[in-house]
Amino acid sequence: MSSKEKTWKEISIAGVPPKSSIGFMTGDWKTYMPVRDLEKCTTCLTCVMFCPEGAIKWRPEMGKIEFDFSFCKGCGICANECPTKAITMKLPEE
Amino acid sequence: MTPKIKQETTAMNGDEAVAFAVKQCDVDVVAAYPITPQTIIVEKFSEYVANGEVQTEFICTESEHSAMTACLAASATGARTFTASASAGLALMHEMLFVTSGSRTPVVMAVANRALSAPLNIHGDHSDSMAERDSGWLQIYVENAQEAYDSIIQAFKIAEEVGVSLPIIVGLDGFTISHTLERVDVLSEDVVKKFVGERQFPMVLTHEGKTVPFKLDPENPMTMGPNALQNYYFEFKRQQVEGMNNALKGIQEANSEYAKISGRSYGNGLIDPYKLDDAEIAIVCIGSTAGTLKVIVDQLREEGMKAGVLRLRTFRPLPVEELRNALKNVKAVAVMDKSMSPGGLGAPVFNEVRNALYDIKQHPIIVNYIFGLGGRDSSPRDLRRIFEDLTKIAKTGVAEKQVHYLGLRE
Repeated sequence: MSSKEKTWKEISIAGVPPKSSIGFMTGDWKTYMPVRDLEKCTTCLTCVMFCPEGAIKWRPEMGKIEFDFSFCKGCGICANECPTKAITMKLPEE
Repeated sequence: MTPKIKQETTAMNGDEAVAFAVKQCDVDVVAAYPITPQTIIVEKFSEYVANGEVQTEFICTESEHSAMTACLAASATGARTFTASASAGLALMHEMLFVTSGSRTPVVMAVANRALSAPLNIHGDHSDSMAERDSGWLQIYVENAQEAYDSIIQAFKIAEEVGVSLPIIVGLDGFTISHTLERVDVLSEDVVKKFVGERQFPMVLTHEGKTVPFKLDPENPMTMGPNALQNYYFEFKRQQVEGMNNALKGIQEANSEYAKISGRSYGNGLIDPYKLDDAEIAIVCIGSTAGTLKVIVDQLREEGMKAGVLRLRTFRPLPVEELRNALKNVKAVAVMDKSMSPGGLGAPVFNEVRNALYDIKQHPIIVNYIFGLGGRDSSPRDLRRIFEDLTKIAKTGVAEKQVHYLGLRE
């Protein structure tokens, strides 16, 4: 374990997490990642609603959506739900 | 020691004594499912609820697994929580016992110790709670109904102490204690409430960066029961060991503090030695068997035999130092087990005691007597035979075999 990890004396009891899931980068679990085709995307925000991790964010000030790959687990729900098939799941090297 | 506070003398069996103690401890939630020989505890307590004698929320669950889950959840909100079980019921709780201890929720549970099937048997032995040895629960075993009453009161104090924050089992021998009418002296409710006090909470750091009491509270939200994988699981398990270590002190303090208000104490709370100071041979046991053994020791002492008894009151945490100090000058020790570990070398109490004594340079010869399974009676004559065996072992310095079955038709 890296030296950043705390000892048993430093952490709260019973697994109460000091940072909740914010500090737990689940993005490294993924195999496939969502890739968005900007031509097809209508910014309907369906993917934002369906993402179970809140990893797709709507930025109203910029009028666009952003994927947070630190937390995206690559489940593919967004691709499945997209009404215009603008999202496809691909291996990172593709 | 004379009692400082006036007490009422009652006649109760062990189960009733437990229910009466719970009634006095200002318990918020009881979630339970009846099973022989614990049934009277739940029945009696539900009477208190029905009569309006307690303010407790009583949850009738559909199984013991649900009972323990309800207790864990109630305790997580900060409620003082109690349940009781035995045998198959305790076994059905198995999964949730680990969740309860891992969640550091100080649930108090009375276990009216009973055999496990098969063959089906409702009578007393320690198979049920010994099978939960590694579940992370504190374990205290009592000798009689009086101690059952006293220990339940102490149990809330011990379990809820900030440094401990672990659930606790108080074991009473099925039928031998649970169903036997005895004299039980009880304290007044005010005195008990004052002794147990308000539930204490350890402080934890939440995701909002606040240090708050460890309980579910809408004002201070926190995540309980999250996952902790390769990176942190081990650390949380180590914390539980520390809770156990802290309980060694907590149990002794509860025992001596309780003695001040009641005039009753049980050894130092961890071990209860009897005529052990100059003993050359000794028997280690848990539970009600100690009562019979003490009578036999008195007889043997009159006959000039230097015999003693050590009742192990606290099995978890194991009082290693106390066991070593108490038994270091004894020549031969017999450890009695009312449960078995088929295929192992002896049974749990033997394993633990022998293990603890291994590091003494000149440790006694230690043998195991498995007895009383399925409630089989152990007569004074049977128990006396163990001391006769020990005399022979002490004299020759040799134990022919390590594991014996007492009262078994060979």
